[in-house]
Amino acid sequence: MTSATNVKVYVSTHVRSYTQGQSEIEAEGHTLAELMTDLERRYPGLRFRVIDEQDRIRPHMNFFVGGELVRDLAHPIAPGDDVHILGALSGG
Amino acid sequence: MARTTKPRATASRAARPRRVDLLVATQKGAFVLRSDRARRAWSVQGPHFLGTETNHLVLDPRDGKTLLLAAVTGHLGPTVFRSTDGGKHWAEATQPPAFPKTPGGGDGPVVKRTFFLAPGHVSQPGVWWAGTVPHALFRSPDGGAHWELVRGFSQTLDGLTRQKPDSFGETPGGAITHSVLIDPQDAKHLYVSLSTGGFFETRDGGRSWRPMNQGVLADFLPEKYPEFGQDPHCVVLSPANPDRLYQQNHCGVYRLDRPGERWDRIGENLPTRVGDIGFPVVAHPRDPDTVWVFPMDGTAVWPRTSPGGKPAVFRSRNGGRTWTRQAKGFPPSQGWFTVFRQAMKSDTRDPVGLYLGTTAGEIWASKDEGASWRRVAEHLPRVLALEVVER
Repeated sequence: MTSATNVKVYVSTHVRSYTQGQSEIEAEGHTLAELMTDLERRYPGLRFRVIDEQDRIRPHMNFFVGGELVRDLAHPIAPGDDVHILGALSGG
Repeated sequence: MARTTKPRATASRAARPRRVDLLVATQKGAFVLRSDRARRAWSVQGPHFLGTETNHLVLDPRDGKTLLLAAVTGHLGPTVFRSTDGGKHWAEATQPPAFPKTPGGGDGPVVKRTFFLAPGHVSQPGVWWAGTVPHALFRSPDGGAHWELVRGFSQTLDGLTRQKPDSFGETPGGAITHSVLIDPQDAKHLYVSLSTGGFFETRDGGRSWRPMNQGVLADFLPEKYPEFGQDPHCVVLSPANPDRLYQQNHCGVYRLDRPGERWDRIGENLPTRVGDIGFPVVAHPRDPDTVWVFPMDGTAVWPRTSPGGKPAVFRSRNGGRTWTRQAKGFPPSQGWFTVFRQAMKSDTRDPVGLYLGTTAGEIWASKDEGASWRRVAEHLPRVLALEVVER
Protein backbone atom coordinates (compact mmCIF):
# COMPACT_ATOMS: atom_id res chain seq x y z
CA MET A 1 0.00 0.00 0.00
CA THR A 2 1.27 3.45 -0.80
CA SER A 3 1.73 5.99 1.92
CA ALA A 4 -1.49 7.66 2.94
CA THR A 5 -2.57 10.78 1.14
CA ASN A 6 -2.29 13.91 3.23
CA VAL A 7 -4.93 16.49 2.32
CA LYS A 8 -6.43 19.70 3.52
CA VAL A 9 -9.85 19.45 5.11
CA TYR A 10 -12.12 22.45 5.40
CA VAL A 11 -14.86 22.22 8.03
CA SER A 12 -17.90 24.42 8.58
CA THR A 13 -18.78 26.07 11.87
CA HIS A 14 -20.90 23.11 12.95
CA VAL A 15 -17.91 21.00 13.97
CA ARG A 16 -15.31 23.59 14.90
CA SER A 17 -15.91 22.91 18.57
CA TYR A 18 -13.97 19.72 17.83
CA THR A 19 -11.17 21.37 15.81
CA GLN A 20 -10.33 24.03 18.38
CA GLY A 21 -12.04 26.58 16.18
CA GLN A 22 -9.95 25.83 13.09
CA SER A 23 -11.69 25.93 9.74
CA GLU A 24 -8.78 24.34 7.88
CA ILE A 25 -7.13 21.18 9.17
CA GLU A 26 -5.16 18.29 7.79
CA ALA A 27 -5.76 14.55 7.73
CA GLU A 28 -4.63 11.56 5.78
CA GLY A 29 -6.13 8.46 4.20
CA HIS A 30 -6.58 6.68 0.91
CA THR A 31 -10.34 6.84 1.21
CA LEU A 32 -12.88 9.08 2.87
CA ALA A 33 -13.39 6.37 5.50
CA GLU A 34 -9.68 6.35 6.36
CA LEU A 35 -9.64 10.12 6.40
CA MET A 36 -12.48 10.14 8.92
CA THR A 37 -10.67 7.61 11.08
CA ASP A 38 -7.65 9.86 11.12
CA LEU A 39 -9.80 12.90 11.91
CA GLU A 40 -11.39 11.03 14.82
CA ARG A 41 -7.90 10.26 16.16
CA ARG A 42 -6.94 13.92 15.93
CA TYR A 43 -10.31 15.36 17.01
CA PRO A 44 -12.14 12.82 19.20
CA GLY A 45 -15.92 12.88 18.89
CA LEU A 46 -16.05 14.57 15.50
CA ARG A 47 -16.72 11.47 13.43
CA PHE A 48 -19.91 10.35 15.18
CA ARG A 49 -21.47 13.77 14.76
CA VAL A 50 -21.15 13.56 10.97
CA ILE A 51 -21.15 9.78 10.31
CA ASP A 52 -23.76 7.54 11.94
CA GLU A 53 -23.24 4.16 13.59
CA GLN A 54 -24.04 2.37 10.32
CA ASP A 55 -21.27 4.29 8.53
CA ARG A 56 -23.61 6.55 6.64
CA ILE A 57 -22.94 10.24 6.22
CA ARG A 58 -25.59 12.03 8.27
CA PRO A 59 -28.36 13.37 6.04
CA HIS A 60 -27.77 17.06 6.72
CA MET A 61 -24.01 16.97 6.31
CA ASN A 62 -22.31 17.23 2.93
CA PHE A 63 -18.87 15.96 2.03
CA PHE A 64 -17.06 17.27 -1.05
CA VAL A 65 -13.87 15.61 -2.33
CA GLY A 66 -12.06 17.50 -5.04
CA GLY A 67 -15.17 19.61 -5.51
CA GLU A 68 -17.44 16.59 -5.96
CA LEU A 69 -20.34 15.84 -3.61
CA VAL A 70 -19.67 12.42 -2.12
CA ARG A 71 -21.87 10.21 0.08
CA ASP A 72 -19.83 7.02 -0.04
CA LEU A 73 -17.09 6.58 2.53
CA ALA A 74 -15.24 4.25 0.16
CA HIS A 75 -14.63 7.18 -2.16
CA PRO A 76 -10.87 7.45 -2.85
CA ILE A 77 -8.79 10.44 -1.86
CA ALA A 78 -6.25 11.54 -4.44
CA PRO A 79 -3.19 13.69 -3.83
CA GLY A 80 -4.17 17.31 -4.12
CA ASP A 81 -7.83 16.73 -3.31
CA ASP A 82 -9.40 19.23 -0.97
CA VAL A 83 -12.04 17.82 1.32
CA HIS A 84 -14.90 19.95 2.57
CA ILE A 85 -17.15 18.86 5.43
CA LEU A 86 -20.09 21.24 5.39
CA GLY A 87 -23.51 21.60 6.92
CA ALA A 88 -26.25 21.31 4.31
CA LEU A 89 -28.84 24.00 3.77
CA SER A 90 -31.38 22.68 6.24
CA GLY A 91 -32.72 23.12 9.71
CA GLY A 92 -34.98 25.72 11.22
CA MET B 1 -34.19 31.08 85.07
CA ALA B 2 -31.27 30.28 82.94
CA ARG B 3 -31.80 31.10 79.36
CA THR B 4 -30.89 28.57 76.80
CA THR B 5 -29.23 30.11 73.86
CA LYS B 6 -29.47 28.65 70.45
CA PRO B 7 -26.78 29.26 67.91
CA ARG B 8 -29.02 31.54 65.91
CA ALA B 9 -27.19 31.33 62.66
CA THR B 10 -27.23 27.54 62.67
CA ALA B 11 -30.89 27.33 63.58
CA SER B 12 -31.70 29.88 60.96
CA ARG B 13 -29.77 28.01 58.28
CA ALA B 14 -31.47 24.73 59.13
CA ALA B 15 -34.88 26.28 58.78
CA ARG B 16 -34.17 28.10 55.57
CA PRO B 17 -36.02 26.70 52.59
CA ARG B 18 -33.93 25.64 49.68
CA ARG B 19 -33.68 27.58 46.46
CA VAL B 20 -35.22 26.05 43.36
CA ASP B 21 -33.42 25.80 40.06
CA LEU B 22 -35.29 24.77 36.95
CA LEU B 23 -33.21 23.00 34.34
CA VAL B 24 -34.92 24.06 31.14
CA ALA B 25 -34.29 22.01 28.00
CA THR B 26 -35.45 23.74 24.84
CA GLN B 27 -35.44 23.34 21.09
CA LYS B 28 -32.49 25.75 20.87
CA GLY B 29 -30.41 25.09 23.96
CA ALA B 30 -30.56 24.83 27.72
CA PHE B 31 -31.30 27.44 30.35
CA VAL B 32 -31.40 27.53 34.13
CA LEU B 33 -34.08 29.47 35.97
CA ARG B 34 -32.87 30.27 39.44
CA SER B 35 -35.22 31.34 42.23
CA ASP B 36 -34.73 33.00 45.56
CA ARG B 37 -35.67 31.06 48.68
CA ALA B 38 -39.20 32.42 48.58
CA ARG B 39 -39.60 31.18 44.99
CA ARG B 40 -40.72 34.72 44.19
CA ALA B 41 -37.86 36.20 42.16
CA TRP B 42 -36.52 34.28 39.20
CA SER B 43 -33.56 34.89 36.95
CA VAL B 44 -32.66 33.24 33.67
CA GLN B 45 -29.16 31.91 33.10
CA GLY B 46 -27.89 30.72 29.75
CA PRO B 47 -28.21 29.82 27.01
CA HIS B 48 -26.02 26.77 27.18
CA PHE B 49 -25.34 24.90 23.93
CA LEU B 50 -27.23 27.55 21.96
CA GLY B 51 -28.77 26.12 18.81
CA THR B 52 -28.75 22.58 20.11
CA GLU B 53 -32.01 20.70 20.46
CA THR B 54 -31.82 19.76 24.10
CA ASN B 55 -34.26 17.04 24.97
CA HIS B 56 -33.37 16.57 28.61
CA LEU B 57 -31.02 18.09 31.18
CA VAL B 58 -30.78 16.11 34.40
CA LEU B 59 -28.78 16.41 37.62
CA ASP B 60 -27.74 13.21 39.38
CA PRO B 61 -29.39 13.40 42.80
CA ARG B 62 -26.94 10.79 44.10
CA ASP B 63 -23.92 13.06 43.89
CA GLY B 64 -25.51 16.46 43.36
CA LYS B 65 -22.96 17.51 40.75
CA THR B 66 -23.11 15.27 37.66
CA LEU B 67 -25.25 16.73 34.89
CA LEU B 68 -26.16 15.00 31.67
CA LEU B 69 -27.59 16.81 28.66
CA ALA B 70 -29.17 15.04 25.68
CA ALA B 71 -28.24 16.97 22.55
CA VAL B 72 -28.78 16.92 18.81
CA THR B 73 -28.63 19.63 16.17
CA GLY B 74 -30.23 20.05 12.79
CA HIS B 75 -27.04 18.89 11.11
CA LEU B 76 -25.03 16.83 13.55
CA GLY B 77 -25.78 13.48 15.07
CA PRO B 78 -27.06 13.04 18.62
CA THR B 79 -24.82 12.95 21.62
CA VAL B 80 -24.74 13.34 25.38
CA PHE B 81 -22.75 16.04 27.12
CA ARG B 82 -21.57 15.56 30.69
CA SER B 83 -20.54 17.84 33.48
CA THR B 84 -19.11 16.56 36.74
CA ASP B 85 -18.95 19.95 38.42
CA GLY B 86 -22.54 21.12 38.29
CA GLY B 87 -22.29 22.69 34.84
CA LYS B 88 -19.07 24.68 35.05
CA HIS B 89 -17.32 22.48 32.50
CA TRP B 90 -18.73 20.10 29.91
CA ALA B 91 -17.32 17.18 27.95
CA GLU B 92 -18.91 14.90 25.42
CA ALA B 93 -19.65 11.26 26.18
CA THR B 94 -16.83 9.09 24.91
CA GLN B 95 -19.35 6.61 23.56
CA PRO B 96 -22.78 8.22 23.12
CA PRO B 97 -25.90 6.07 22.73
CA ALA B 98 -25.66 4.31 19.36
CA PHE B 99 -26.87 1.02 17.97
CA PRO B 100 -24.34 -1.70 17.24
CA LYS B 101 -23.17 -1.62 13.68
CA THR B 102 -25.19 -3.97 11.51
CA PRO B 103 -22.92 -6.33 9.57
CA GLY B 104 -22.33 -4.55 6.30
CA GLY B 105 -23.86 -1.33 7.64
CA GLY B 106 -26.62 -0.35 5.27
CA ASP B 107 -30.09 -0.37 6.74
CA GLY B 108 -29.25 -0.79 10.41
CA PRO B 109 -30.96 1.46 12.96
CA VAL B 110 -29.54 4.86 13.86
CA VAL B 111 -30.17 6.82 17.05
CA LYS B 112 -31.82 10.09 16.03
CA ARG B 113 -32.00 11.63 19.46
CA THR B 114 -31.59 10.72 23.08
CA PHE B 115 -34.92 11.72 24.55
CA PHE B 116 -34.99 10.70 28.21
CA LEU B 117 -32.23 10.49 30.82
CA ALA B 118 -32.67 8.75 34.16
CA PRO B 119 -30.14 8.43 36.97
CA GLY B 120 -30.04 4.83 38.18
CA HIS B 121 -30.90 3.31 41.51
CA VAL B 122 -29.28 4.80 44.60
CA SER B 123 -27.44 1.51 45.17
CA GLN B 124 -25.81 1.80 41.72
CA PRO B 125 -23.85 5.04 41.69
CA GLY B 126 -22.78 6.05 38.21
CA VAL B 127 -25.46 4.01 36.47
CA TRP B 128 -27.71 5.98 34.11
CA TRP B 129 -30.44 4.92 31.70
CA ALA B 130 -31.45 6.60 28.45
CA GLY B 131 -34.46 6.23 26.17
CA THR B 132 -33.99 7.19 22.55
CA VAL B 133 -35.67 7.81 19.22
CA PRO B 134 -36.14 5.33 17.60
CA HIS B 135 -37.13 2.94 20.36
CA ALA B 136 -34.21 1.70 22.40
CA LEU B 137 -32.96 1.69 25.94
CA PHE B 138 -29.31 2.36 26.77
CA ARG B 139 -27.40 1.93 30.00
CA SER B 140 -24.28 3.70 31.17
CA PRO B 141 -22.22 2.24 34.02
CA ASP B 142 -19.94 5.24 34.40
CA GLY B 143 -21.87 8.46 34.79
CA GLY B 144 -22.81 8.79 31.15
CA ALA B 145 -19.36 8.49 29.58
CA HIS B 146 -20.06 5.18 27.83
CA TRP B 147 -23.46 3.83 26.76
CA GLU B 148 -24.45 0.30 25.81
CA LEU B 149 -27.65 -0.88 24.19
CA VAL B 150 -29.90 -2.87 26.53
CA ARG B 151 -30.22 -5.83 24.19
CA GLY B 152 -32.94 -7.60 26.16
CA PHE B 153 -35.23 -4.63 25.63
CA SER B 154 -34.55 -4.50 21.88
CA GLN B 155 -35.01 -8.26 21.60
CA THR B 156 -38.39 -8.00 23.32
CA LEU B 157 -39.51 -5.30 20.91
CA ASP B 158 -38.20 -7.25 17.92
CA GLY B 159 -40.21 -10.28 19.01
CA LEU B 160 -43.40 -8.32 19.55
CA THR B 161 -42.93 -6.46 16.28
CA ARG B 162 -42.85 -9.78 14.47
CA GLN B 163 -46.19 -10.62 16.14
CA LYS B 164 -47.81 -7.27 15.37
CA PRO B 165 -45.72 -5.15 13.02
CA ASP B 166 -47.77 -1.97 13.45
CA SER B 167 -47.62 -1.79 17.23
CA PHE B 168 -44.54 0.40 17.55
CA GLY B 169 -45.42 3.33 15.34
CA GLU B 170 -43.92 6.77 15.27
CA THR B 171 -45.26 9.95 16.80
CA PRO B 172 -44.52 13.25 15.03
CA GLY B 173 -41.34 13.25 17.12
CA GLY B 174 -40.43 9.70 16.16
CA ALA B 175 -40.74 6.45 18.10
CA ILE B 176 -39.94 7.69 21.59
CA THR B 177 -38.72 5.54 24.48
CA HIS B 178 -39.29 7.56 27.65
CA SER B 179 -40.41 7.55 31.29
CA VAL B 180 -37.62 5.22 32.41
CA LEU B 181 -38.71 4.60 36.01
CA ILE B 182 -36.52 2.84 38.55
CA ASP B 183 -38.32 1.30 41.51
CA PRO B 184 -36.57 2.69 44.58
CA GLN B 185 -37.42 -0.58 46.37
CA ASP B 186 -35.57 -2.79 43.86
CA ALA B 187 -32.74 -1.79 41.53
CA LYS B 188 -33.66 -4.55 39.08
CA HIS B 189 -37.26 -3.44 38.77
CA LEU B 190 -37.78 -0.87 36.03
CA TYR B 191 -40.63 0.44 33.93
CA VAL B 192 -40.25 1.96 30.47
CA SER B 193 -42.83 3.56 28.19
CA LEU B 194 -42.93 3.63 24.42
CA SER B 195 -44.75 6.21 22.40
CA THR B 196 -46.05 4.29 20.64
CA GLY B 197 -45.78 0.74 21.92
CA GLY B 198 -47.09 0.83 25.47
CA PHE B 199 -45.82 0.36 28.99
CA PHE B 200 -43.27 -2.34 29.87
CA GLU B 201 -41.75 -3.84 33.01
CA THR B 202 -38.55 -5.70 33.81
CA ARG B 203 -37.73 -7.39 37.10
CA ASP B 204 -34.27 -8.62 36.18
CA GLY B 205 -32.46 -5.39 35.49
CA GLY B 206 -33.41 -5.22 31.83
CA ARG B 207 -32.78 -8.71 30.49
CA SER B 208 -36.44 -9.58 29.99
CA TRP B 209 -39.47 -7.36 29.59
CA ARG B 210 -43.20 -7.74 29.39
CA PRO B 211 -45.97 -5.36 28.40
CA MET B 212 -48.41 -4.19 31.06
CA ASN B 213 -51.23 -2.32 29.41
CA GLN B 214 -54.46 -3.90 30.64
CA GLY B 215 -57.27 -1.38 30.66
CA VAL B 216 -55.44 1.19 28.52
CA LEU B 217 -57.24 2.33 25.37
CA ALA B 218 -55.62 2.56 21.95
CA ASP B 219 -58.33 4.27 19.93
CA PHE B 220 -55.96 4.72 17.00
CA LEU B 221 -55.75 0.96 16.45
CA PRO B 222 -58.42 -1.43 15.20
CA GLU B 223 -58.06 -3.44 18.43
CA LYS B 224 -58.97 -0.98 21.15
CA TYR B 225 -57.43 -2.76 24.15
CA PRO B 226 -54.40 -4.62 22.81
CA GLU B 227 -51.72 -6.28 24.91
CA PHE B 228 -49.27 -3.62 23.67
CA GLY B 229 -49.18 -0.84 21.10
CA GLN B 230 -50.71 1.94 23.26
CA ASP B 231 -49.33 5.45 23.42
CA PRO B 232 -48.28 6.43 26.93
CA HIS B 233 -47.24 10.09 26.90
CA CYS B 234 -45.83 10.28 30.42
CA VAL B 235 -45.75 7.82 33.31
CA VAL B 236 -44.58 8.61 36.85
CA LEU B 237 -44.12 6.71 40.08
CA SER B 238 -45.53 8.30 43.19
CA PRO B 239 -42.47 9.30 45.23
CA ALA B 240 -44.55 8.61 48.32
CA ASN B 241 -45.60 5.14 47.20
CA PRO B 242 -43.61 3.66 44.31
CA ASP B 243 -46.24 0.94 43.91
CA ARG B 244 -48.61 3.58 42.61
CA LEU B 245 -48.19 4.82 39.06
CA TYR B 246 -49.94 7.53 37.13
CA GLN B 247 -50.07 7.63 33.35
CA GLN B 248 -51.06 10.40 30.97
CA ASN B 249 -51.77 8.52 27.78
CA HIS B 250 -52.73 9.62 24.30
CA CYS B 251 -56.07 8.09 25.25
CA GLY B 252 -56.70 9.21 28.79
CA VAL B 253 -55.35 9.47 32.32
CA TYR B 254 -54.78 6.25 34.26
CA ARG B 255 -53.68 4.94 37.65
CA LEU B 256 -52.10 1.59 38.44
CA ASP B 257 -51.64 0.15 41.93
CA ARG B 258 -49.15 -2.67 42.03
CA PRO B 259 -49.09 -5.58 42.33
CA GLY B 260 -52.23 -5.07 40.27
CA GLU B 261 -51.81 -5.05 36.52
CA ARG B 262 -54.96 -3.33 35.31
CA TRP B 263 -54.88 0.41 34.76
CA ASP B 264 -57.89 2.39 35.95
CA ARG B 265 -58.95 5.27 33.70
CA ILE B 266 -59.22 8.03 36.31
CA GLY B 267 -59.37 10.64 33.56
CA GLU B 268 -63.01 9.76 32.97
CA ASN B 269 -63.69 11.72 36.15
CA LEU B 270 -62.42 14.92 34.57
CA PRO B 271 -65.08 17.28 33.15
CA THR B 272 -66.32 16.01 29.79
CA ARG B 273 -65.85 19.42 28.17
CA VAL B 274 -62.17 19.31 29.17
CA GLY B 275 -61.41 15.67 28.49
CA ASP B 276 -58.40 13.73 29.67
CA ILE B 277 -55.97 14.16 26.80
CA GLY B 278 -52.58 15.72 27.44
CA PHE B 279 -48.89 15.09 27.75
CA PRO B 280 -47.54 15.49 31.32
CA VAL B 281 -48.60 14.12 34.68
CA VAL B 282 -47.08 15.03 38.05
CA ALA B 283 -47.32 13.10 41.32
CA HIS B 284 -47.14 14.81 44.70
CA PRO B 285 -43.83 14.17 46.47
CA ARG B 286 -45.44 13.14 49.78
CA ASP B 287 -49.08 12.29 49.12
CA PRO B 288 -49.67 9.33 46.80
CA ASP B 289 -53.29 10.38 46.29
CA THR B 290 -52.45 13.81 44.89
CA VAL B 291 -51.75 14.15 41.19
CA TRP B 292 -51.84 16.92 38.59
CA VAL B 293 -52.50 16.86 34.86
CA PHE B 294 -52.61 19.59 32.23
CA PRO B 295 -55.41 18.69 29.84
CA MET B 296 -55.19 19.63 26.18
CA ASP B 297 -57.74 19.52 23.41
CA GLY B 298 -57.96 16.03 21.91
CA THR B 299 -61.13 16.58 19.92
CA ALA B 300 -61.65 16.63 16.14
CA VAL B 301 -58.18 17.15 14.63
CA TRP B 302 -56.40 17.12 17.99
CA PRO B 303 -55.21 20.72 18.44
CA ARG B 304 -53.45 19.74 21.67
CA THR B 305 -53.85 23.20 23.11
CA SER B 306 -55.65 24.24 26.27
CA PRO B 307 -59.35 23.39 25.82
CA GLY B 308 -61.26 26.51 24.80
CA GLY B 309 -58.11 28.62 25.05
CA LYS B 310 -58.39 28.51 28.85
CA PRO B 311 -55.27 26.96 30.35
CA ALA B 312 -55.81 25.05 33.56
CA VAL B 313 -54.19 22.42 35.68
CA PHE B 314 -56.45 19.79 37.19
CA ARG B 315 -55.59 18.34 40.58
CA SER B 316 -56.92 15.28 42.32
CA ARG B 317 -56.39 14.64 46.02
CA ASN B 318 -58.00 11.19 46.01
CA GLY B 319 -56.13 9.24 43.41
CA GLY B 320 -58.22 10.50 40.53
CA ARG B 321 -61.78 9.98 41.81
CA THR B 322 -62.48 13.72 41.70
CA TRP B 323 -60.61 16.64 40.18
CA THR B 324 -60.34 20.35 40.92
CA ARG B 325 -59.65 22.97 38.26
CA GLN B 326 -56.68 25.25 39.07
CA ALA B 327 -56.44 28.20 36.72
CA LYS B 328 -55.83 31.30 38.85
CA GLY B 329 -53.17 33.40 37.17
CA PHE B 330 -53.39 31.76 33.78
CA PRO B 331 -54.95 33.74 30.92
CA PRO B 332 -58.75 33.53 31.35
CA SER B 333 -59.15 33.33 27.58
CA GLN B 334 -57.11 33.17 24.37
CA GLY B 335 -54.43 31.12 26.09
CA TRP B 336 -53.51 28.34 23.71
CA PHE B 337 -50.89 26.51 25.72
CA THR B 338 -49.19 23.32 24.67
CA VAL B 339 -47.08 21.63 27.35
CA PHE B 340 -44.96 18.68 26.31
CA ARG B 341 -44.64 15.43 28.24
CA GLN B 342 -41.44 16.30 30.08
CA ALA B 343 -42.26 19.96 30.65
CA MET B 344 -44.24 19.85 33.90
CA LYS B 345 -42.61 19.01 37.23
CA SER B 346 -42.84 19.67 40.96
CA ASP B 347 -40.44 20.50 43.72
CA THR B 348 -40.52 18.91 47.18
CA ARG B 349 -41.13 22.05 49.22
CA ASP B 350 -44.12 22.50 51.50
CA PRO B 351 -46.35 23.69 49.96
CA VAL B 352 -45.25 21.98 46.80
CA GLY B 353 -44.14 24.12 43.88
CA LEU B 354 -45.29 23.24 40.37
CA TYR B 355 -43.70 24.32 37.13
CA LEU B 356 -44.64 24.03 33.50
CA GLY B 357 -43.02 25.15 30.27
CA THR B 358 -44.89 25.84 27.06
CA THR B 359 -44.05 25.43 23.42
CA ALA B 360 -44.25 29.24 23.21
CA GLY B 361 -41.22 29.52 25.48
CA GLU B 362 -42.94 30.51 28.70
CA ILE B 363 -42.33 29.08 32.15
CA TRP B 364 -45.17 29.20 34.65
CA ALA B 365 -44.78 28.52 38.36
CA SER B 366 -47.03 27.86 41.31
CA LYS B 367 -45.74 27.88 44.86
CA ASP B 368 -49.03 26.82 46.41
CA GLU B 369 -49.63 23.39 44.92
CA GLY B 370 -51.32 24.74 41.82
CA ALA B 371 -53.78 27.11 43.51
CA SER B 372 -52.27 30.10 41.69
CA TRP B 373 -49.85 30.52 38.83
CA ARG B 374 -47.43 33.16 37.64
CA ARG B 375 -45.35 33.44 34.51
CA VAL B 376 -41.70 33.53 35.57
CA ALA B 377 -40.02 33.49 32.16
CA GLU B 378 -40.98 34.22 28.59
CA HIS B 379 -39.39 34.50 25.15
CA LEU B 380 -37.45 31.30 25.53
CA PRO B 381 -37.35 28.75 22.72
CA ARG B 382 -39.88 25.93 22.66
CA VAL B 383 -39.65 24.16 26.01
CA LEU B 384 -39.05 20.43 25.70
CA ALA B 385 -38.34 19.43 29.30
CA LEU B 386 -38.00 20.74 32.84
CA GLU B 387 -36.23 19.29 35.82
CA VAL B 388 -36.25 20.70 39.33
CA VAL B 389 -33.16 21.02 41.51
CA GLU B 390 -33.31 22.24 45.08
CA ARG B 391 -30.21 23.78 46.61
